[in-house]
Amino acid sequence: MTDLALSPPLSRPWGRLALRWLLFTLLGVFALFYLMPLFVMVTTSLKSLEEIRTGSLIAFPREVTFEAWKTAWSGACTGIQCEGLRPYFWNSVVLAIPAVLISTFVGAMNGYVIAQWRFRGANLIFSLLLFGCFIPFQVVLLPMARMLGILGLAGSIPGLIFVHVIYGIGFTTLFFRNYYVTIPSELVKAAKVDGAGFFRIFWSIFLPLSLPIVVVTVIWQFTQIWNDFLFGVSFSQAGTQPVTVALNNIVNSTTGVKEYNVDMAAAIIAALPTLIVYVVAGKYFIRGLTAGSVKG
Amino acid sequence: MSPILDISNLYKNYGSTEILKDINVSIEPGDFLVLVGPSGCGKSTLLNCIAGLEPITSGRIEIGGRDMTHVSPKDRDIAMVFQSYALYPTMSVAKNITFGMKVRGVDAATQEAKLNEVARQLQIEPLLNRRPGQLSGGQRQRVAMGRALVRDPKLFLFDEPLSNLDAKLRVEMRMEIKKLHHNLGATMVYVTHDQIEAMTLATKIVVMKGGVVQQIGSPSEIYNTPANLFVADFMGSPAMNLIPARARSNGNGTEIEIARDNDAPIVLRDVHARNLPEDVILGLRPEDIAQAGFRAGEDVQQAACMIDMVEPAGADTYVVSNLGGKQVTARLHAETAARPGEMLDLAFDLGKVSYFAPDSGERLN
Repeated sequence: MTDLALSPPLSRPWGRLALRWLLFTLLGVFALFYLMPLFVMVTTSLKSLEEIRTGSLIAFPREVTFEAWKTAWSGACTGIQCEGLRPYFWNSVVLAIPAVLISTFVGAMNGYVIAQWRFRGANLIFSLLLFGCFIPFQVVLLPMARMLGILGLAGSIPGLIFVHVIYGIGFTTLFFRNYYVTIPSELVKAAKVDGAGFFRIFWSIFLPLSLPIVVVTVIWQFTQIWNDFLFGVSFSQAGTQPVTVALNNIVNSTTGVKEYNVDMAAAIIAALPTLIVYVVAGKYFIRGLTAGSVKG
Repeated sequence: MSPILDISNLYKNYGSTEILKDINVSIEPGDFLVLVGPSGCGKSTLLNCIAGLEPITSGRIEIGGRDMTHVSPKDRDIAMVFQSYALYPTMSVAKNITFGMKVRGVDAATQEAKLNEVARQLQIEPLLNRRPGQLSGGQRQRVAMGRALVRDPKLFLFDEPLSNLDAKLRVEMRMEIKKLHHNLGATMVYVTHDQIEAMTLATKIVVMKGGVVQQIGSPSEIYNTPANLFVADFMGSPAMNLIPARARSNGNGTEIEIARDNDAPIVLRDVHARNLPEDVILGLRPEDIAQAGFRAGEDVQQAACMIDMVEPAGADTYVVSNLGGKQVTARLHAETAARPGEMLDLAFDLGKVSYFAPDSGERLN
């Protein structure tokens, strides 16, 4: 109270109003700054090559054309093939969905065990899993390649799923463990007295409680896996490459005139799924991150 | 009758820490056993051991004549009510109550019938479709009881079930639990830190401290003949007066001398006490010190005492006097003429007195 009284500009209405305006202006400038690249990408992708050459980078298209989007989707060349992003986009879908689901499920299971079924060494195992979150991608490339070779999964989509699941378990376990430790342990005791076993308690009591943290984990894992480039480029071969690798190939392997409009359209297509996930589930993401204790 | 719950030589350690030491308790069908003690005394751990939720280090637990020491909770034929109620947050009240039956594979018609019976008994019929989050504390408490009741177990276990309720509701629910016990004739084990709950509900009380049983007995045994200073001090509100005194054998009785700061010592004559050591702690409940003339009996002895404080409590008035260096509380009738700073004749009922050894704290008479 005394602090506020000692700073007169804040306590007067005009001072507060000015501060409010300053804040909004600043936020507005930042928003514009961050939206600028997206604006350039969208407008460029809607221009013809002719217009790009002659016009300004930040001008609106004089004539809107979706030609570049069509090319990016189904006609652009990645090396010698010219099928556009489409096959690789589906590779990414077929890769990301199982990888996200499996790693989320395993993380939920791990978190449930570590948080609610304490056993000797639980903390050690949790620390080791946590340590896994901080291992740089590059470090595991060679051992992982060897491993995939031994398992007969080298260069295949199941191989990539395997890699992403392994790499994701650290994070997903962390998320679920931190969520489940806030659930009173008496719940497990009550269920045990009721006769429910390990899996029954997980399915009937813990999983239905987990929607917020499932959303957080799914968004996190989907973004990680969809946007991954290093694993994608290292552990895939022609035909199994994810969309990020294909995008790189499109942008880098054009000869002659650089088709900026196609590159931009391809980049937007590649980014679209994560964008949609955030727009659809974004509010649950924030809620899930801040949600904790279960009342009841 | 064979005991329905029989615990013998139970020890429980966490690592090298002993949580429970040599617990021996046994109760008959229909008993209401209350485990009472300050927080951290091991009473909840003992309950969890009975439920099978905590493994024990050594000893034996029998329920209904069967050795249950290593049997899992679901097969012990028990039901438990938890302090936080532990209702399943995503299930409706009806589902909460029937979950156990569903897990055990009871058919739907029986589930429905039992649910309705229990709902009627606890008057929670209108709540059956609600989620626990939409219920008040008292309603949650009822649902938690309902979940235990549908099981119709050999043994009900309660872990401080009333401690999350406000004072008024607590008294109400206490009466309901007592009524329930009476109507069902069920056997219950109940953990609480509240000695009033213990006194009002129990047919048998176990007072615990530091993982060790201090005394086992009926409420009146615990109240009137506490086994040691801890029990004497813990049970009863206001607490028993524990007054340092000197004992002198004198003919066929003992003279008890209580020192006072600015006055001659009080000397009381107890004709029953024998062989007391010189230093004793004299224990008298506030209601066993009355105003002179209001308590008759051969063991009543009077002494004039300086009243330091008067506390009217409605039905009674408590007065405080400094005896033997302690604030001693006496419980007088409401219309007493006692005034702070004046002398008043108090009647000490030595028929109810307890003596304790100051060093060991053990009861001497």
